[in-house]
Amino acid sequence: MAIISLSDGRKTWRRFTPSQQVTRWFAYLVAVAVFVWCWNRISEATTWFFVWDAPRIAGDILSRATPPRWSYIDKLWWPIWDTINIATLGTIAALFMAVPVAFMAARNTTPSRLFIRPIALLIIVATRSINSLIWALLLIAIIGPGVFAGIVAIAIRSIGFCAKLLYEAIEEIDHSQVEAITATGGSRWQVMAYGIVPQIMPAFAGIAVFRWDINIRESTVLGLVGAGGIGLQLSSSLNVLAWPQVTLILLVILVAVVVGEWVSAKVRGAII
Amino acid sequence: MTTAPIASELDLLIGTKWKKPSFIQRPWLRWGLIIGFVIYLIAAISSVEVNWARVYEGLERGAAFIKAFMAPDFVSRWTDIRDGMLESLIMTVASTVVGVLISIPIGLGAARNIAPLPVYLLCRGIIAISRALQEIIVAILLVAIFGFGPLAGFLTLSFASIGFMSKLLAEDIESTDKVPAEAIKATGASWLQWVNYGVQPQVFPRLVGLSMYRLDINFRESAILGLVGAGGIGATLNTAFDRYEFDTAAAILILIIGTVMALEYISGIIRARVQ
Repeated sequence: MAIISLSDGRKTWRRFTPSQQVTRWFAYLVAVAVFVWCWNRISEATTWFFVWDAPRIAGDILSRATPPRWSYIDKLWWPIWDTINIATLGTIAALFMAVPVAFMAARNTTPSRLFIRPIALLIIVATRSINSLIWALLLIAIIGPGVFAGIVAIAIRSIGFCAKLLYEAIEEIDHSQVEAITATGGSRWQVMAYGIVPQIMPAFAGIAVFRWDINIRESTVLGLVGAGGIGLQLSSSLNVLAWPQVTLILLVILVAVVVGEWVSAKVRGAII
Repeated sequence: MTTAPIASELDLLIGTKWKKPSFIQRPWLRWGLIIGFVIYLIAAISSVEVNWARVYEGLERGAAFIKAFMAPDFVSRWTDIRDGMLESLIMTVASTVVGVLISIPIGLGAARNIAPLPVYLLCRGIIAISRALQEIIVAILLVAIFGFGPLAGFLTLSFASIGFMSKLLAEDIESTDKVPAEAIKATGASWLQWVNYGVQPQVFPRLVGLSMYRLDINFRESAILGLVGAGGIGATLNTAFDRYEFDTAAAILILIIGTVMALEYISGIIRARVQ
């Protein structure tokens, strides 16, 4: 905010001072330059002939993909069951691992700020920044393809997310209740069970359901790399260019995602 | 005695053992949920086939991977890794810029206090579609349409960013303070001036924060788009796993984690400065 005197002596209001304006324009210039450079690199790596042809191809795929092959649903019930299991069991396993990590990462409950907290934070960052598909790739290389690899991939990927939200909830607790339990002579574990856990229970349930919802989404595509679930059917249908089946699978995934989101919203609404 | 009712309630409690109140108050709901959950769990676990012999065999490879993580190999595939990482970063930056630019008008349109009902419904529809479709599925379709390469990845990430950014931006606009906006309107400002001086200053810090967050997400997502041929580091990573070159894979994973940490750090600084 600045009052500027014009050349004829009158005063006027501008939102930014001249120096602010120059910095802002410079920042915009740099941003545009970076973007143009990025776009050029993408453009170089693109076969533009295919892009100009894209509307025709898109129309072609659309005409092949409709109507969906409804009869294929008979073969999808078992993969759907697998997909839900991957998401649910993966979330449960993740929560079991995330709770100790969260307690170690929270400033007010960590056994050692100097040694254990950085390790817990490293676990959180490392598991969070790698996508579940990459975890699945890694686990398939190690323990072989199948639903089990999918469950473990989802579980590892979810640790960081759950632990991060949970440790933030632990750090925000009301300290007086902890003090009250300590004053009665409670041991370290009793303080945790009666002073801390009841306070974070709603947050915990919310996080669990929220992550379960995300995991339903992620588990639908794990099959693309061979980790079980409906993604396996998707990738085999894509490989043989069976577009009507692909449409049906995409519709099923869409329904699963919407139902998952609805359930999670209902449960979170009931808790909060 | 005025304290009689309290005393009688106390009398009932004295002598009985204190029980921890349950998280779910209604007993039938609590036990119903617990029993249903246990039945589901048994059904689910028994339907998962685990080839324990194969898992046991794999432990050796797991140990090899952990060993590879201790000694990652950046050198032997360095050109591939460098090109892949650069492509991922380029896709990330370009798609975040485009995604944010497109999501601003859609976000304005999806805010009920600014947009008329038809525009609101249209924008909310776009957001719902963009959020319901998984990135990797969009990438598969776009690769089929536009061919292999970073363009498909760039379009995928832009599309995914639109849903995310517009939704959060619209919610932020809906919760803005009405008073400054009304003050601007009272000066006789046009619609554009009203948005620029009454609404934009209120949501700008959050927009910057969200953009930085989305940049972070887009980078993480760009690491997997290569699996389906949409460009980025994913293709290199997939090849490394397929050839059991765990040391190269470990190097790529370390680079991804490092980049994500750096992005989080930078976005923390920028957000702190803007707010």
